[in-house]
Formats: sequence, C-alpha cells, structure tokens
Amino acid sequence: MQENKIIGRVYVVGDNVDTDQIIPAKHLVYDTHSPEERKLFGKYAMSGVPEEKSGLPNGGIKFVKEGEHKSEFTIIVADKNFGCGSSREHAPLALQVAGVTAVVAQSYARIFYRNSVDGGFLMPLESVENIHGFFATGDEVKIDLVANTIINPSAGKSFALRPIGDAAEIINAGGLFAYARQIGMIKTSEGSFGEAKSNV
Amino acid sequence: MGMTITEKILASHSGRDKVVPGENVWVDVDVLMTHDVTGPGTISIFKKEFGENAKLWDSDKVVVIPDHYIFTNDQHAQRNVNFLREFVKDQQIQNYYDVGSSRYKGVCHVALPEEGFTRPGEVLFGTDSHTCTAGAFGEFATGIGNTDGAFIMGTGKLWVKVPSTMRFVFEGEMPEYLMAKDLILQIIGDIGVDGASYQTMEFAGDAVYSLNIEERMTLCNMVIEAGGKNGVIAPDKKTIDYVRARTNRTFTSIQNDEDAQFAFEKIYDVSKLLPLVAKPHSPENVEPAQNLSDVKVDRVYIGSCTGGKLTDFAAAAKILYGKKVAVDTFVVPATSDITKSLFETKIDGKSLHSIFQEAGCRIGNPSCGACLGGPDDTFGRLNGEEVCVSTTNRNFPGRMGSKKAQVYLASPLTAASTAVTGKITDPRKFL
Ligand code: SF4
Repeated sequence: MQENKIIGRVYVVGDNVDTDQIIPAKHLVYDTHSPEERKLFGKYAMSGVPEEKSGLPNGGIKFVKEGEHKSEFTIIVADKNFGCGSSREHAPLALQVAGVTAVVAQSYARIFYRNSVDGGFLMPLESVENIHGFFATGDEVKIDLVANTIINPSAGKSFALRPIGDAAEIINAGGLFAYARQIGMIKTSEGSFGEAKSNV
Repeated sequence: MGMTITEKILASHSGRDKVVPGENVWVDVDVLMTHDVTGPGTISIFKKEFGENAKLWDSDKVVVIPDHYIFTNDQHAQRNVNFLREFVKDQQIQNYYDVGSSRYKGVCHVALPEEGFTRPGEVLFGTDSHTCTAGAFGEFATGIGNTDGAFIMGTGKLWVKVPSTMRFVFEGEMPEYLMAKDLILQIIGDIGVDGASYQTMEFAGDAVYSLNIEERMTLCNMVIEAGGKNGVIAPDKKTIDYVRARTNRTFTSIQNDEDAQFAFEKIYDVSKLLPLVAKPHSPENVEPAQNLSDVKVDRVYIGSCTGGKLTDFAAAAKILYGKKVAVDTFVVPATSDITKSLFETKIDGKSLHSIFQEAGCRIGNPSCGACLGGPDDTFGRLNGEEVCVSTTNRNFPGRMGSKKAQVYLASPLTAASTAVTGKITDPRKFL
C-alpha cells in the first residue's frame, strides 16, 4: 500500500536518461536476490549519467556517495522519456535499493514504466508539463498523491501530476504478483517459499 | 471498424472478438525467451513467487539462449550461465543453447528465427528490449522485465495494453547504397526516440517487401529506439517460406483488415533517402553520412542483432573486398550459424571470412560482444575515448563500455566504407 504523501530530497536529471545510465551494463552480473550483492545495484545506481548532467542544474553531484549504497536523494525529477533503452529490471531495482521511492518525469519509456509498476519498485509519476527546470538537486519536495501535485517550497510552486490511471490497481496492490493474488489469478500465498500450491 | 495485425493477434490470444487501442487484456503467451543477463533474476522471482519446486506453465514454450556475457572471464557472468544450466535441467527445458556446446547459438533475437521460434500470428515475449525484432515475422513480439517474465513462467499469461498502430510505408526501388538500417534511422530521426511510445510501428510498401528477412528484422529491431512497443510487417511469401523451412508447427498468417484504423501514416520514397548516421549520444541524432566526412574514427564495429547478420556481413564484405582497413575493425557475427556462413558465402570465389581477414579485420566469437559494453575484457569493448562507427542499435553514453567514448550508428555499408578511409564515409564512394 502506498502512502498518500511522499517527502524527500530531489535529484534532477534531463531527458532520455536510459537504463544504461541508470545502471551500466557491466553491473548487471550481480545476483538480484542476494542481500549483499543487491547493495551493489544501489552503489552504482545512476552512475552512468554523464558528469555534467549528474544532478542538475549544475551537474557534478554523485547520486550515491562514494562507498555507500543508499542515496541522500529519494525522489528523481526528470524530463521526458525516462528509462528508455534496455528492458533491464535492474534499473528500477537499483533505484529502489538506493532508496528512491518516486520518479517524476514528463514521460517514460514503456518497459521501465511497466517494470516499476509490475515489480512494485517505485512510483513512476508523470508531470503534466516539463517541470525539471523548476527543481534544483537537493530541494526538499512534497508529492501529494491525492491532489496529484508535486510541491517545491524552494521555488514556491506546485505542479500538477497526471492521475496514475489504470496502473493504479497494480501499484496499490504493490506489484503484479500481489495484484494477481488479489483478483484470484494466482492462488499461492504471498512470499511462499515452499511448495507451489497451484498455478493460475 | 476493422483491426490491425497487432489488434487481431491480441484479440485472438485474449479470447475476444475485438480489442481496441488503450484497453488492457490478458493474453496467452506462445513463446517466452530469456537469456543470461535477465534470466537469473527472472528465475529467482519465479521461484520466490510460485515456490522452489514450482513447474513452468509449459517448458516447451520457454526458450533460453545465453548470449550476452559469454566470452569473458568475469566470475559473476559465468555464474549466471551456470544458474541457467541448473534451471533448464530442473525444468527439463529442451530449448536451451548451452555455452561451449555444439548447440551454442549466440544473440537471442537472431537465434530465435533461425531455430523456428518466430511464427506469424503468435505472441512472443522476451526479457530483452529488442524482442521486438520478431515483429518481422508478422507476430506480436515485445520486451519485458524480470517480474513480467517470471509471471509468464508461472501462468503463461501477461496483461498488455493494446497499442495503436503507426504505419510507415516505403515506396520505390531500394538503391544499392541503402540498407534497412538507413530506413529505420530515417524514421527515428523524424519522430524521435519517444516518437512511437506505447505504439506499434508497422512497416509496409514495396521497398519493405523487396527486403530479405534479415533486413526486415533490422527494421523491427530498432522500433524500441523510437520507444515503440512492437514492430510488425505483414507476412508475405518470403516470410512464410522462411518460417516453414524452420518449424513444423502450424501458424496463421494475419493481415490488416481493409478498414483497420491507423494512428499515423507516413510515406517515404526510398529513392530520395540517403545513407544516414546517428551521432553521439542518441539514435535520433541523425545526419546524412555525406555531411560527416571530416569525422575521424578510431574503430569500426560490425555486429549485434541489428548489424551482425549474414546480410550485414555480405554488404560490408562487398566494400572491403580487396581493400585494407585504416582503423581497428571488429567483426562479430550474431550467431554460430552466421559464423559458419562467413566461410560458406563467397564473393567472386572468396569467402566473406577471407575477405575480412585479408582486409585486416578482427573476427570475434558469436555473442552480443561489445554492443552493450559488457565486462571489461569483452571483445571490441570501448574502454577509453574512442570514436567508433558501429552497426549496433544504441549510442547512449557508455553503452559500448566507456562513458567517454563516442558512438556513431550506421549501416554495415557505411561502417565498412568508414573502415577503409578512417573517416565517416558515405558508401556511394565505393559503390
Ligand atoms: S546484440 Fe546488443 S542489442 Fe542485441 S540483444 Fe545483444 S546486447 Fe541487446
């Protein structure tokens, strides 16, 4: 279940941030289910973003500090086509491991959006207009999921977000598997590591 | 109102008479493909959600093709292949192409059709974004993430939002200096890297139907670079003959209804198009090769699911025949069948393999190679500030290894011409 409000510091990037920038291909080899190796995805999250575009408006800000795997930034604000490129689910996973709870972009590449929702990694929110110029990396912002707004007190402004639409049911359930259990499509109980009782 | 090919396939696989763009439907999956990079994560989710001893919904419908990080000493990468091995053994998956065995294939999107897994009218999902390549066979094919892949492993189903269809018609006779790569770069340059987001891109017109199957695959392969969900080309005799030669399964060839609705249509006259190059760092950053003749390069890379098929090497060899390359030139066949064909296919009695060797190219083993960078010891990987002309599909920062490198995407004809001169070169110079 999602909270109705998300508060956090933003990391601002531009347009067409692809999944190779979110998690470079050479890091795809770690085991996504090993608690220790999983941290490496957080460590290298956003490490492929070019220096000058890392943390706008000025750039040069590391998303995750040297030697850590959690970011001080928990919300990403981006321009259009966030998450384009490869289908690697390691991308939303890396952001989640780094502590990101929401991304606000003007638009998303389809597979990244779907992975974020179905895997329950983070909230992919869409701004109605291109707003990334009104945010500076480090601003403390508030997202209101009832009013569908993102508020930036530093800029003294509030911006409209698009309602989540048909993905809401899956997001609210916490991902595709939880949703499929809710509607009775899968009958195994959540998190059952034992025998599969029945499929479909 | 009639339906498009994509709508008809999604309707028939969700038990409906009709679907319309925008609605969500649960579809039955005909084939699920996974590989060494996304497979282990998918399998872990499958086990976690359905249980350690859960069985696949249908092991005959799952195809596992290790292809990404193969010829590397990276321990993690080798562990991932072992993980696949164990899973296919447990699940008795026959459709597995093991590394180091005689069955080893190479790049999944080229291996799937070679092995008869791409069939008109079907629904194919793969845990890789370029799964859209198989739209060339008149089926619905798209890339998904690990969670979706795991869901299919257990249920054989997935929800899909029905996409509307954009139609791109190429008319006229293909000039010898153009390849499918130029056509798709033209489109991406025109509509942008998110120009087809959430939509189907259909390719039609006599120029498209004059292309062989591999070239049609190149068109559909880069649909994802325009943000498209899937690409599709209505099957014709060439499609049917290709597929029949590789599978005994029955399939249905599906065409658009006469009154199908398209969200967009654009008609191109191929005689007016030019050899193109996508400059760093975006596939939409398109410019005619002839305008970039002062760009010096350090390396040429010919390979991948986009530009590493037999047709691509035949085109490159046509240029390189009897010439020497001026810069490091890497030739990486997509699959082991293509490697074999390099020895068997000849120009004036000389094999493509000899042509490349005599020109001074370095020939690698079939795999994804440096297309996505990969571990540091990957053949052809860009490790520094190289300027590279590549027949691959993405030139995002760092895609082929180093963030400091610059990648220009081009057709094999343009790439080979560039290899000869050391500067970006329009292939008309040599044709
Ligand atoms: S060749 Fe490149 S684009 Fe194709 S599947 Fe391999 S990594 Fe992906």
